[in-house]
Amino acid sequence: MIPVYLLLSIAFVGIVFFALSGHKAEIGKINVWFNSVSLFATIWLAINVLNNGTILSADKAFLIDSFNVYLIVLTAFVGLTTSIFSNPYMAHEKELGKLTDKRLKLYYSMYQGFMLAMYLVLTTNNMGVMWVGMEAATLATVLLVSLYRTPESIEAAWKYFILCGVGIAQALFGTILLYYAAVQIGDGENALLWSELFQHASQLNPEVLQIAFVFMLIGYGTKIGLVPLHNWLPDAHSEGPTPMSAVLSGLLLNDALYAVVRNKMLVDGATHSDMAGHLMMGFGLLSFLVGALFLHRQKDIKRLFSYSSIEHMGLMTFAFGVGGALATFAALLHMTVHSLTKSAIFVTVGHATQVAGTQRMDKIRGLIKTQPKIGWGLLIGTISIAGFPPFGVFTSEFLVLLATMHSYPWLTLPLLLGIGIAFAGLFRHIQPMVYGEKPEGQQPVKANLLPVIIHLALVLWLGLAIPGFLAHWFSQATFLISGSSPL
Amino acid sequence: MNIESQDLYTQIILSMAALVGLTSFLMLGQGRLLRLIFVFAIQGLLLTLTTAVAAYSLDNHHLYISAVLTLALKVIFIPWMLRNEVLKSNLHRDVEALGNQTAIMLGGASLMVFSYYVLHPIVQTTSPVMLNALAVSLSVVLLGMLLMISHKQAIAHVVGFMSIENGLFFAAIVATKGMPMVVELGIAFDVLVAAVLFGIFFFHIRSSIDSLDVDLMNKLNEVDK
Repeated sequence: MIPVYLLLSIAFVGIVFFALSGHKAEIGKINVWFNSVSLFATIWLAINVLNNGTILSADKAFLIDSFNVYLIVLTAFVGLTTSIFSNPYMAHEKELGKLTDKRLKLYYSMYQGFMLAMYLVLTTNNMGVMWVGMEAATLATVLLVSLYRTPESIEAAWKYFILCGVGIAQALFGTILLYYAAVQIGDGENALLWSELFQHASQLNPEVLQIAFVFMLIGYGTKIGLVPLHNWLPDAHSEGPTPMSAVLSGLLLNDALYAVVRNKMLVDGATHSDMAGHLMMGFGLLSFLVGALFLHRQKDIKRLFSYSSIEHMGLMTFAFGVGGALATFAALLHMTVHSLTKSAIFVTVGHATQVAGTQRMDKIRGLIKTQPKIGWGLLIGTISIAGFPPFGVFTSEFLVLLATMHSYPWLTLPLLLGIGIAFAGLFRHIQPMVYGEKPEGQQPVKANLLPVIIHLALVLWLGLAIPGFLAHWFSQATFLISGSSPL
Repeated sequence: MNIESQDLYTQIILSMAALVGLTSFLMLGQGRLLRLIFVFAIQGLLLTLTTAVAAYSLDNHHLYISAVLTLALKVIFIPWMLRNEVLKSNLHRDVEALGNQTAIMLGGASLMVFSYYVLHPIVQTTSPVMLNALAVSLSVVLLGMLLMISHKQAIAHVVGFMSIENGLFFAAIVATKGMPMVVELGIAFDVLVAAVLFGIFFFHIRSSIDSLDVDLMNKLNEVDK
């Protein structure tokens, strides 16, 4: 249990440290160190889980099993690489005069606040605390969306605040209903513990749980960015600083989906019906198709990739909804590869917008000629996210298709269609940006592309061969979620 | 269900549910911001009383803490903050022209009926009293959303947001006798932080569009201009 406490306290110390410390030139580097220690703690935790299986803390407050442990490592990893990227990026933004020292302090403090909220959501065993963590993640990031204080960014942050706040309130109502069902069979203080609930899932009142799940799906679904609750997402991604877009897309959306899946496991145990799965399939497919179609209309590069996030989150929700071993395995893999690829893309996008001085795609031209690393990074990232072999996204999308063909053959058609539309939507915008002549006066910027290289290499590795221990985790998690093993 | 045959505690809870529902309707039709905030404070007070009654009759000590937190946050701090904001922005004389009053009120009434319809399945496993309490809570949540849709002032949106929280809190108190302590403290913390953030946002919005009318925030959309 020590690594969990270490993890949470590091992030907490980070919030206080950045909030109180005077301004320092190395503030970005210190943030990298904080995140490195967090990553170290999560790896320690992962080794523990690998050796000893599920860990439940003595006071039952924290539960680490094969489902959340890899998400915890992923969160810490993306948190670290994004902080490596954000160091030169934010320094450059400050040079341009977009930020003051005080706001930079706020940024780093809330960066750790966001990480703390994410770790809390993932490690907690209490469904109520999970809700508190999700809400805290909104609160931590809302001031970061409006960090530049432009009218657009304030509008985006307000929209984000109100929509996610109201949305997540629905999830609290769902949690209250869950608690209401739980106190009828168990004792008060422990009744919201996931470990207890899961053990007694079959005794929970199915009528109440069905209603509860609808509210949870709407509530956490707002955070996942499911259509038609996605309105905040493109705005928040496009107006906030780019490192924020990377962690929002790579981590927040994943963790909200994680909360939904945890609840789905309880509902499935109680109702013995496919109701929860069908709801997720419907919402997921809708988000997938709408996200893919909207890619075509975008003018802003960050909005483009936030719609791509909506599309991919839709696909994952769909896959979890299909259920069964193969689809669940594919969804878990897709969560990993999507969050690695998408955060890598946002890193290159961030540098690309600094090179071009704008986020408008018709003004970004000739990236490969200006700064080859950024141009190629963006191109390879896009190839990966569009689902080309041999990258990991291809593997997971292929598995989703396979599972769908098996259980709901007719739905393969809209899925294939969506993948095609998304592919076209991405490339019609990306191609002129990376190729072509460079506009006059366009200068390279100081950039650290190490995160991009590491992320894309990992995605490539996952596409070629999934390492044994990871496959073991995935199949254990799949067994936990779907009740059957894929291997 | 005959209300006179219920015990005193249940009678109080039912009356409180009715009153909380009523305050939501009062807020819905209110165009003056100061009165809106006043009604919101009353709703908070009703919640405090409900929590205190529940704490007393169930002899549950941690509910007293919840009652004090509610009193401090939702009756005193948030209304005080919002009132200051209204006076600062000189909005206290304005009467907001609400769209179609009749339609909004009818919409509110249908939302209440809808809440009863949604939650009706649980009546098989529990008393009609619980159904009433939960359905009123859900309708307070939905009426809060309607309030946000029908009003344009950012302050009214915050009142709507917080009254959604009130509805959830009421559900937690009457249906489950309060959530576990750690969850309740977490929720109270989130509400407090949200209230402070709203205060910061009012400042930003005012300095960016020189008004608190959220209809003026319309720069971001998918339609090309």
